[in-house]
Amino acid sequence: MSTAAVETRSMKFWQGVNQALVEEMDRDERTFLVGEDVARVGGPYGITRGLLDRYGPSRVRDTPISESLLAGLGTGAAAVGMRPIVEIMFFDFAMLAMDQIVNQAAKYRYFTGHSLPLTIRTMCGAGGPNGAQHSQNFEAWFCAVPGLKVVMPSNAADAKGMLKSSIRDEDPTLFIETQGLLTARAEVPLEEDYLVPLGQAAIPREGSDVTVVAIGRMVDRALEAAEQLAADGISVEVLDPRTLSPLDRPAIVESVRKTGRVVVAQDATAPCSIASEVCAIAAESCLAELKTEPVRVTSPFINVPTPVPLAEARAPGVDDIAAALRECAGKGS
Amino acid sequence: MGMTTRDETTDAERLARYRLMRLSRRFEETVHEQFHDGNVPGPLHLSIGQEAVAIGGCWPLRETDVIVSTHRGHHHCLAKGARADRMMAELLGRADGYSRGRGGSMHIAIPEIGLLGTNGIVGGGLPIGTGAALGLQIDGRDDVAVSFFGEGAAANGVFGEALNTASLWNLPIVFICENNRYVELTPQHVHVAGEIWKRAEGYDMPGVKVDGNDVDAVVETVAAAVDRARAGDGPTLIEAETYRWFGHYAGDKAAYRDEAEVEAGRAGDPLVRTRALLDPVEADLAEAEVEKEIAAALEFALASPIAGEEVLTPGHYAEEVSA
Repeated sequence: MSTAAVETRSMKFWQGVNQALVEEMDRDERTFLVGEDVARVGGPYGITRGLLDRYGPSRVRDTPISESLLAGLGTGAAAVGMRPIVEIMFFDFAMLAMDQIVNQAAKYRYFTGHSLPLTIRTMCGAGGPNGAQHSQNFEAWFCAVPGLKVVMPSNAADAKGMLKSSIRDEDPTLFIETQGLLTARAEVPLEEDYLVPLGQAAIPREGSDVTVVAIGRMVDRALEAAEQLAADGISVEVLDPRTLSPLDRPAIVESVRKTGRVVVAQDATAPCSIASEVCAIAAESCLAELKTEPVRVTSPFINVPTPVPLAEARAPGVDDIAAALRECAGKGS
Repeated sequence: MGMTTRDETTDAERLARYRLMRLSRRFEETVHEQFHDGNVPGPLHLSIGQEAVAIGGCWPLRETDVIVSTHRGHHHCLAKGARADRMMAELLGRADGYSRGRGGSMHIAIPEIGLLGTNGIVGGGLPIGTGAALGLQIDGRDDVAVSFFGEGAAANGVFGEALNTASLWNLPIVFICENNRYVELTPQHVHVAGEIWKRAEGYDMPGVKVDGNDVDAVVETVAAAVDRARAGDGPTLIEAETYRWFGHYAGDKAAYRDEAEVEAGRAGDPLVRTRALLDPVEADLAEAEVEKEIAAALEFALASPIAGEEVLTPGHYAEEVSA
């Protein structure tokens, strides 16, 4: 942490996103925003409000419901020198755009040697009453694709700083927002060049007994669980990867080697997930230091129900993470 | 180069178009031979017989205009200004190829000359071409995009997505459906309901059918659409009818169609038709030049080192990234 005084303001997650969009669209006329309902009404959750008035109908456009085209609009426009920002309203709808994201955008530099500065923003509906087609966590799918970057911030400050970095990045980036975090507040630096570099994990709480790698909205829950365990004398280190591809493997390895124990918390189901990847990294690189087996705290392998209480019953809660940490910390000492 | 009607076409222009069609034909015949000699380490989709669509379709374009091509796109690449030698090197898996020899026929993209790529996914170029047109429009350039695609791609959802939005936003794009009567291994009647050019009406844009084996007619039709797009008047859908002389890919003997049909299809050879309008001495000279260019291209490719494992990793990201 820098000791220099940085001017900050308490801001909601969505405001961090909005501010990043405004700053970057002010900064570079080659940026533009397209997506379903993003212009006139500013999106179903108001994230892009004000942008149409500020930048006009050429640079801020409501699109038809054509997700594959949307990703292609960004790919083609980036290929002719623009810096498009494409919004896919819910992460689930990215399934309709897989060819353009995976086969086209992600391969462009490989084939041409040229940059493709495309940012695709999407929102995972976890935390809202959205059901099985509007709440899924597909982040790991995209991490399997060379050529893409995948970003999933857990707070308003990172949302701002990482979206700005994504827009300035020379490669296609999938930026995943989370509905359950949209109104969560954090202190956000106001400086215009507040950039959070992609590919670097954050450690919002240092500890020595057990590491919890937490993703997206699980970071706040992990911090709360860590606080509970501190009362019992258990020291928990919370690591937020923030960028899922490229994953900050050195930071994960360093933390797990230090504590010798690792729990991974995520909204997604377990099979072939980020949690699986973190466990694999721990096994590959930290076996000598591991005092006990890695643990995945995930949603069970079932679909997301619509009512929030049921959806929350399915998702890992603070108690689930705390219990896993407590059990893990009690082993191998 | 703007509007050129058939009557205004000069002999020099017609000769230049013929030379390009001949270059494409001889390029593909040569690479086809190389394929059978075992020198092409990847799939090959030949456009022989379809040259007039590509050469005519790119004739009205500037270098700063952009095109997107398909899995069957050698003729589009050459028409947009790709070098035969570096293309040959790419197809032969050589280090001097446009994609370091690691992409092959379906992954040639040269943004410097406005070629945004051949494509391994049928229909994959339609959204990209539309996006390029959007970028050109927002950027205030008066360049245009041309999206080549086959009649098979018109069955893909992105066809409707692209035409709908291109029309809504008056994007500077020309959609050229290159109908070669076969979709992979089956005839078009298995795939295509109605006539593709007529679908334009539903998207509120002009739709035009053109004889895709008549390069002058293709130039005239595309030039009008390009002028329209450049003027800010929006997209056009053109269906150019032609014939695929060979199988879907090199090695496909196309036993699913009968000889009489193939003979009739080949009788429409666009090169023969254009050559008949030329001074035979000049045509001979152009052909001799093409032979030299192709021989040099093959020599260049065969002299270039076979792409080795050193080409595997570079160029996935702007900076070094490992998983």
